[in-house]
Amino acid sequence: MTDLAWIDAALVSARPQAVAALLRYFRDLDLAEEAYQDACLRALKNWPKNGPPRDPAAWLIMVGRNAAIDVTRRRAKQTELPDEDQISDLGDVEDAAAQRLDEADYRDDVLRLLFICCHPDLPATQQVALALRIVSGLSVPQIARAFLVGESAMEQRITRAKAKVAGAGVPFEAPNAVDRAERLASVAAMIYLVFNEGYSAADPASDRGSLCDEAIRLARLLLRMYPSEPEIMGLLALMLLQHARIAARFDADGNAVLLEDQDRKIWKRPLIQEGLALIDKAIRLRRPGSYQIQAAIAGLHARAQTAGETDWAEIDALYQALERLTPSPVITLNRAVAVAKLNGPQAALDLIAPLAERLAGYFYFHGARGAFLKELGRNSEAREAFNQAIALANTPAEAAHIRLHLDTLANSVKG
Amino acid sequence: MLYAILCYNDEATVFSWTKEEDAAVMDRLNVVHEKWEAKGKLKPSLRLLPTSAATTLRKKDNEVLDGPYAETKEQLLGFYIIEVDDLEEGLTFARELTAANPGGAYELRPIMLYNSGSPVKAR
Repeated sequence: MTDLAWIDAALVSARPQAVAALLRYFRDLDLAEEAYQDACLRALKNWPKNGPPRDPAAWLIMVGRNAAIDVTRRRAKQTELPDEDQISDLGDVEDAAAQRLDEADYRDDVLRLLFICCHPDLPATQQVALALRIVSGLSVPQIARAFLVGESAMEQRITRAKAKVAGAGVPFEAPNAVDRAERLASVAAMIYLVFNEGYSAADPASDRGSLCDEAIRLARLLLRMYPSEPEIMGLLALMLLQHARIAARFDADGNAVLLEDQDRKIWKRPLIQEGLALIDKAIRLRRPGSYQIQAAIAGLHARAQTAGETDWAEIDALYQALERLTPSPVITLNRAVAVAKLNGPQAALDLIAPLAERLAGYFYFHGARGAFLKELGRNSEAREAFNQAIALANTPAEAAHIRLHLDTLANSVKG
Repeated sequence: MLYAILCYNDEATVFSWTKEEDAAVMDRLNVVHEKWEAKGKLKPSLRLLPTSAATTLRKKDNEVLDGPYAETKEQLLGFYIIEVDDLEEGLTFARELTAANPGGAYELRPIMLYNSGSPVKAR
């Protein structure tokens, strides 16, 4: 690896820790970010010359703090901090610095930084944008491209989010166990939002598609800090298992391919293995949760060598567990697909009939209902349901998929 | 002589390689693997999942810890490869080993890739 590639990788992986610690020192997001950027510039100059520091995050934190204090012209009043030339070699100074920043501080710092980004006052789109900017360090143009909006609109969105967070006050006290659990849950939800933004992209190689990788990276970071949290294992497993199907989810023309029609040979096995291993670990802890159950469902799909081998009875049972844990008509709708496989389309229709009012504006409800009706040979009702679905489609790919159903209905009438 | 070669690298870096970068490294490694396997000198080789997938059984109190074995007091003295239904069965095996040989720890790490290589000569 060249110097620059190595440094780039080290800076990217040290960023959340470094920005988080600098935020604790300065208690100001903008100042923390500037300090981190300053430290990165110095690293680019210094590291090729003096070799990599043993703990890049500790180096960046010290140098960043030093630089920011310098900038604010308060340096003279502070204790002299060592110059980065002195702390770049693998000497005692760095050890001392690393000791001052013990592991527990790091954990709470990074969690605080992630938690700030999912402040309840922020709408979901601002949470995700702020996290990608602050924690992941993506540039505003990169984020704008990922969200398919203009750069100035994204700049505004992030500025507004920062202002709101600053106004709301940042929680700097060390969280107690209850706070920590709540923060973890909000952070997990925010990371899954980032993932779903990427998952909805038709082109996995696009900026938007790369959000999946970023979400997985953030979940790995969280799991490294909280290695015994089954829901974080579940979240990472769920994303890995879904991401494993990425190459099979769209055909050459960019049309969505249904799970049962996907080429399972191009699913990424290493991601599946890791996902299954994490579920295996989580189950042992006997603290079930929504991400673990969703991951277990994805895991059953991943284990099936062909669509015909899918264990629908177990999937039905898992969806029932999910319904009990977090009742939602959308979960019942998903369960209906398993019920249709197990007990036929009529049973599925009966299950979703009570949802008609609540899901009247939901694309997937009409799509699934149309498919069940079509299977029962109730073609004119099916056509009506498919037309409602098309009217509610969010993307051209969704609409195109429903049109395929309508085409086969038209053909069966002709034939 | 039979040797075990233990592979160390920064997993955060390796597991953030793109699919293409990963495939390129594996292709280069496979050229070496094939050459040595043809000579009958490469035995089983394997690639492990990251430490986030690891579970550790601490032998002194039979405690199961989520994550890799992180102590530096002990040294790596050997390893087993097992094929089991799940982590629980793997831990059952490790506990039986513990009863036979207390002290230290066993880390259970899922295997991502397994190549059986050429058979080992009778010794």
